[in-house]
Amino acid sequence: MPALSLLYDRIRTEEKVLINSAEKKGVLLKPIDAKEIHLTITDFSKERDLFGDVALERCVSHFRGLHLTAALESKGITVVNSYSVSSICGNKMLTSIVLAKNGIPTPKTVVAFTKEEAMRAAEEMGFPSVIKPVFGSWGRLIAPLKDRETAQAILEHREEMGNPLYQIYYIQEMVKRPPRDIRTVVVGEEIVASIYRYSAPEDWRTNIARGGRAEVCKLRDEDAEIILRAAKAVGGGVLGVDAMEREGGIVIHEVNSTVEFKGAMSVSEVDIPGRIIEYALNLIKR
Amino acid sequence: MKLKCPECDGDIEVKEVIEGEIISCNDCGAELEVSKKKDGSIELKVAETEGEDWGE
Repeated sequence: MPALSLLYDRIRTEEKVLINSAEKKGVLLKPIDAKEIHLTITDFSKERDLFGDVALERCVSHFRGLHLTAALESKGITVVNSYSVSSICGNKMLTSIVLAKNGIPTPKTVVAFTKEEAMRAAEEMGFPSVIKPVFGSWGRLIAPLKDRETAQAILEHREEMGNPLYQIYYIQEMVKRPPRDIRTVVVGEEIVASIYRYSAPEDWRTNIARGGRAEVCKLRDEDAEIILRAAKAVGGGVLGVDAMEREGGIVIHEVNSTVEFKGAMSVSEVDIPGRIIEYALNLIKR
Repeated sequence: MKLKCPECDGDIEVKEVIEGEIISCNDCGAELEVSKKKDGSIELKVAETEGEDWGE
């Protein structure tokens, strides 16, 4: 029986280094392709022989990973991250609510459910603002609402898009920030690495997946505290907390539950995959 | 090991790959996933394309 399993649908750098790290530590970690399994969900027999006690859910498809997590949790398997954490982090609106409720500084955000009302919300917010899909990642379809005309065009496009989640209009104030944000990898209750992500020359978004560049960030104590509080607020685990620097301090705009740490790994000396494996092992011992 | 691209039938030299890894075909550029057959041998499948919910 494996000690840990790693559920994937695509092996990125992160999955590769996690597998290698476990091997180096002599930990029996079984990589399992989520595309090649099926689970009976009406039978709660434990499937620990296959998955071990703790599963690292690392699917690149959020909904695949989320549903797989629910199925495994129903069988008594501990999943990193949990269904609750993954469902909050996988939805920008839920994340904003949780952050705000816990008193964590976060950009002002409004939600509307029709194009017309979204326009009113954008006008109230003032231009420019930012519209983001509530789901998805890598900065996909995030757009600046520069003025009334742009907003109208983007909202009309959104209305035509097939997935009903695109008609949840999540509009956020445009934070005046330097051309970078801060990505912090949190494992359990500890910060293991923090980087600045600079946007690529042809993009305004800072995502490494969009060609952003990483640089080590030495967090101020007060910022580290806010980041740890944000991680705790969503339920904790292995997380990527994203912050923007504005006058007066940082604001948290996103918490990622299948954190990509390739950028952080390229500039940080910390053994990030090693720390994740150890965290998962400690969950078995509990 | 030499394998065939399932998209264009081009030859692909495969070295030190792990299951689930994505490689691309030098001839046609297709993204291919390394997969293991039941008998343990390696095959290449056309990889899934980016979905709306892909990412972190």
